[in-house]
Amino acid sequence: MTKIYLSHSTIISALGFSTEENIRNVEANISGVKLIDDTSYFHSPFYGSIIDKDRLHSAYKKLEYNMEASVLEQAMICSLAEVISASKLKISSKTGLIISTTKGNINALNKQDQSSAYLSVLAQKIKTVFGFKQQPIVVSNACVSGVLALSVAKRYLLENEYDNVFVVSGDLVSEFILSGFNSFQAMSAEPCKPYDAKRKGINIGEAVASILVTKSTANLSEDAVELLGESSINDANHISGPSRIGEGLSRSITIALKEAGLKATDIDYISAHGTATLFNDNMEAEAFNRIGLQKTPVNSYKAYYGHTLGTSGLLETILAMQSLHKNTLFTSLGFTNLGTNKALNVISKNKKTTLTYALKTASGFGGVNTAVVFKKIY
Amino acid sequence: MEETPFYIESYVSIKESSIAFNGKNVFCSETKDLQLFLKKAYKARISNYPKFHKMDLLSQLALLASECILKPESHSSINKNTALIFANHASSLETDRKHQSSITDKNNYYPSPSVFVYTLPNICLGEISIKHQLHTENCFLVMPSFSPKDFLIQTNYLLKSGKAEKVLCGWVNLDANNYEAFLYLVSNTGAIKHNETEILELYTK
Repeated sequence: MTKIYLSHSTIISALGFSTEENIRNVEANISGVKLIDDTSYFHSPFYGSIIDKDRLHSAYKKLEYNMEASVLEQAMICSLAEVISASKLKISSKTGLIISTTKGNINALNKQDQSSAYLSVLAQKIKTVFGFKQQPIVVSNACVSGVLALSVAKRYLLENEYDNVFVVSGDLVSEFILSGFNSFQAMSAEPCKPYDAKRKGINIGEAVASILVTKSTANLSEDAVELLGESSINDANHISGPSRIGEGLSRSITIALKEAGLKATDIDYISAHGTATLFNDNMEAEAFNRIGLQKTPVNSYKAYYGHTLGTSGLLETILAMQSLHKNTLFTSLGFTNLGTNKALNVISKNKKTTLTYALKTASGFGGVNTAVVFKKIY
Repeated sequence: MEETPFYIESYVSIKESSIAFNGKNVFCSETKDLQLFLKKAYKARISNYPKFHKMDLLSQLALLASECILKPESHSSINKNTALIFANHASSLETDRKHQSSITDKNNYYPSPSVFVYTLPNICLGEISIKHQLHTENCFLVMPSFSPKDFLIQTNYLLKSGKAEKVLCGWVNLDANNYEAFLYLVSNTGAIKHNETEILELYTK
C-alpha cells in the first residue's frame, strides 16, 4: 500500500523565518503575540502577531527573482523556495502545487487593479516563479484550509496524479480580517488564553508555511511523519459557530483514527485548534471526551502565534511534527486553570516524553472540522 | 486514466436565468438580475426555507442548485453519506467587496458579522450541509476555470476509500454580473460514466 509522508518544512512568522527558529522560540515558551498599534494593520490597537516585513523584504531580495510581489507572495516564495531546495526534487509533470489561504491578497480590493485578489492569480504567480508544470489548486476552506490541504495533497498522491505535492499556506493580518472578527466581538483585548477559565477570545496572527507531501522515503527530513488518516466533516449545525456537542469534529477524528488503524488511546499528543473563544474550546473538549481523548496531552499554539487562519492548520502540524521529533510536549501558552465544560489534559509546561502518534485538529466557519493522524518515522 | 466503477446519477446547471435538471429546463425567468432571479427561483423551487434570504448570493446559488439534486422528489431518499466537493474561480469576492465597502471609509464604518461570515467560499457547503443534515466530507477549491480532472480525482478518492457513498460535485461561480452553477452527483449507480470527457460534456451542454 502506498504510504504518504510529510517532510521538509518552513515557517515564516513573528517567531522566525525557519521551522528551527520557530521551534526554538516555542520551546522557550516565547510568544509572538504583542500589542500592535499601527494603523497600517488596523485603525485601533490590537493583540496579534505579525511577520517582520523588513526582514521579509530582504530575504526575498536575496533570492534574486527580481519580480514585483506582494507581502504574501514574497513570504510564500521565500518559504516554498526553502522547502523545494531542501527536498532536492526536480519539478516535473508529476509534481503538484497546492496553495491554502482564506483571503490571499485581499488588500488588492483597495487597488485600482483588483486582479491579484483572485486566488488563482496568486497561485499562477507561485507556479510561474518555480516552474511548476501542472495547474496549482487553491484550498480555501476557512480555518481548516492549511490542514485540509494536506488531505487534498494525499488524495492526489493516492490517485496517482502526482508523486510529490508542495503545499504552501498563507494568510496575513489585515483591516479586512480584523474588522470582521471585531464585528463578531470575537477578539480578545489581551493575549489569548486557550482552554483557560479566563479566556476572552482570539488574537489574529499572520504566518506562511510550506511542506512537502510525498510518496517517497528518499531524503525525508529528520522530523518527517507518515500521514495515517484524515477526514473533514461538517457539523451541519451553524455557519458561524461550532456544534456544541462537537459533532463534526468527533466524526472527523473517528474516521481519521479508523483509517489509521488506531484507537484513541494510541494517540500520544493532540495539537488542537484552541482559538480561546468560549464556544470553540468547549466544543473541542466535548469532542475529545466523546472519543476518549480527554486524558491525552493537548495544546493550542494560538497564544504563540494568534489565529493564523488559512495557515494555522499547516503551521500547527509542522510544530506537532517537531514535538514528536524532539519527544517534547510543548506548553499550551496562556493556560493556567481549566475553563472548559469537560475535562482536558492541557499541557501546562514543557515535558520530555516518548512520542509516536499525534492528532492534529482544526475547525472553522461553515461548520468544517478537520482531523489528521500521523506517526513519527525516525 | 483508469476506469472507475462510478457514475453520474444526475446533474443540474444554472445559467442565464434558467435552471436545467438532467438536461431538461425546469425553471426560467426573464430577469437578467441574479438577485431577482434567485428570489423567483426560490419561490418556485424551494419556498419553505426562510433562512435562504439571509444567505449571500453565492450560497443562494449553490443551495438552489443543490436542491434539484438533493430534494426528496428527485430521489427515493437522500443518502446521508453524500460528500461535497465544490470549487469556483472568484472565491467569495462578491461578498468580500461588500465587506470591503463597509470598512473603506472610516467615517462611514459599518462591518457586519452577517456579511463577514460569507467572506469564505466554503460557507455555501455549510448551508447545504445544514439544510440536508449532511455530516460529511467537505472541501472547497479555487481554480482558474472548471477543471473536471481535479473534481474526478478528489471524488474517486472519497468513493474508493469509502469515506463517502456519494459525492455532490459543484462549480458555483459568481463575479460581478456573471454567474453559473453546475452540480452533479456521483455514486456507483447511474447511466453516465464518471470520467473527464463525460463531465466536461455535461458542463458545456
